[in-house]
Amino acid sequence: MFARRLLYWISMAAGLVLAIVPLPEWLDPVRPDLALLAMIYFVLTSPRIAGLGYAWLSGLFLDVLRGMVLGQHALGFLVVGYLTHKLQLRMRMFPIVQQAVIVMLLLGLYHFLMFWIDGLTGHGFTGWVRWLPVLSGALLWPLVVALGDSLTRRSS
Amino acid sequence: MVELSHDSRPIIGRGPPLTAYFLTLAAISVGLMVADQRYRQIDRIRETLSTVIYPVQRAVDFPFRATDWVTGSFADRSRLRQENLALTARLRLANLQLQRFAVLEEENRRLRDMRANTSGIAEKVLVSSILNVDLDPFRHRVLLDKGAVDGVFKGQAVLDGDGIFGQVSKVNAATAEVILISDAEHAIPVQSNRSGVRTIAVGTGDQNKLSLPFVTVESDLQPGDLLLSTGLGGVFPPGYPVAQVAKVKRAGSTFAFVEAKPTAKLDQAREVLLVWFKERVESVPAATGTEAAATTSPTPAATPPASSPAAAPPPATPAPQAQAGGE
Repeated sequence: MFARRLLYWISMAAGLVLAIVPLPEWLDPVRPDLALLAMIYFVLTSPRIAGLGYAWLSGLFLDVLRGMVLGQHALGFLVVGYLTHKLQLRMRMFPIVQQAVIVMLLLGLYHFLMFWIDGLTGHGFTGWVRWLPVLSGALLWPLVVALGDSLTRRSS
Repeated sequence: MVELSHDSRPIIGRGPPLTAYFLTLAAISVGLMVADQRYRQIDRIRETLSTVIYPVQRAVDFPFRATDWVTGSFADRSRLRQENLALTARLRLANLQLQRFAVLEEENRRLRDMRANTSGIAEKVLVSSILNVDLDPFRHRVLLDKGAVDGVFKGQAVLDGDGIFGQVSKVNAATAEVILISDAEHAIPVQSNRSGVRTIAVGTGDQNKLSLPFVTVESDLQPGDLLLSTGLGGVFPPGYPVAQVAKVKRAGSTFAFVEAKPTAKLDQAREVLLVWFKERVESVPAATGTEAAATTSPTPAATPPASSPAAAPPPATPAPQAQAGGE
């Protein structure tokens, strides 16, 4: 249990670090939200550990890291975490492709929320490029599951 | 059929129901967002959090800095020699221009003294490096490694070797966020060095482009004109190069379509200067006086003499800068 908790925090921190690591300019808009994917993964596999509080807090840290309006990513993480909690019993039964589709929907909702809040706070960027992380995140989902499974098997 | 509970947390010590918990946190997030937009007190929360986050940013920055250092210290001799030669040549040229500059500055100071007016020339600069950290890809912001402890303040002007870079938008304890002049939310008052036309340069979200949306078809702007900061907003010191006009299209009936290229190396700079300049308040009345003079005599020919003694820099100063930029 403790190992799992530690792993959760470490992967969250890794996801946050990867959210600000400099990428080449053409790759930057495609950057997948790895912290969010890690959160979804842990809510699915160990919902007793990965609660909404953790999700909210990591979103808040992401806000500070990226200098966004405080609470923006926190709300996004919270909504995705809550929905994943609600869906987890079903989602765990799904084959990986179907899971990836659901993840894509969740990411889409997340980015829509970000887009909306950006617009409300006057930072609106309306290019289609901003929706690319939805796709890249969904494509990465099987990889996240594979990596997470191999790590949790070792830790528990 | 057995209805399974969605809430799979342990029954004992489970805390408030999931939905209630969700709603509470959501309300807090919305509250934070509103407070962040409206009230300044929230900055203290952000500052505390950013102190926690600072090591992470440093850790991300470290490998890049280390590779820089390694490539720098193992650079081969011939390349260093070449670089050295180029730098010496540049320094000689700069010194030559500086000789003229000293005379001009002295003359300018005397003229200003006569008018009991202080110049807004940078009195203190602090070199700061840009942390290798990606913020939002759709906003042009960078993070500097100097913060409130170094005396950085919100709205401070940031320059690089070639011109105006941006201004400080958020100050944390050890870091500061800078909004570049090319950010779509940024605008800077500028003045053409050649004709004295005064306008506003707005960021486009493209690092190589500024747009000048408030230029009338009749105004005297040409491709190649150097745009200097006017110091009117009280944020930027006057007389520093901002951009060079790249394209002028006089198609419409009222406003011309003008694009300019920033002179500062917005996408390449690794080190920038934080600037403190003197008498931000006193330079404003002088500038508005010029504005009045400019509006009463709108012909471009009359504008430069009216504006040069007060807000504009000595006309000869930026010329060498333009020359240096061309080389």
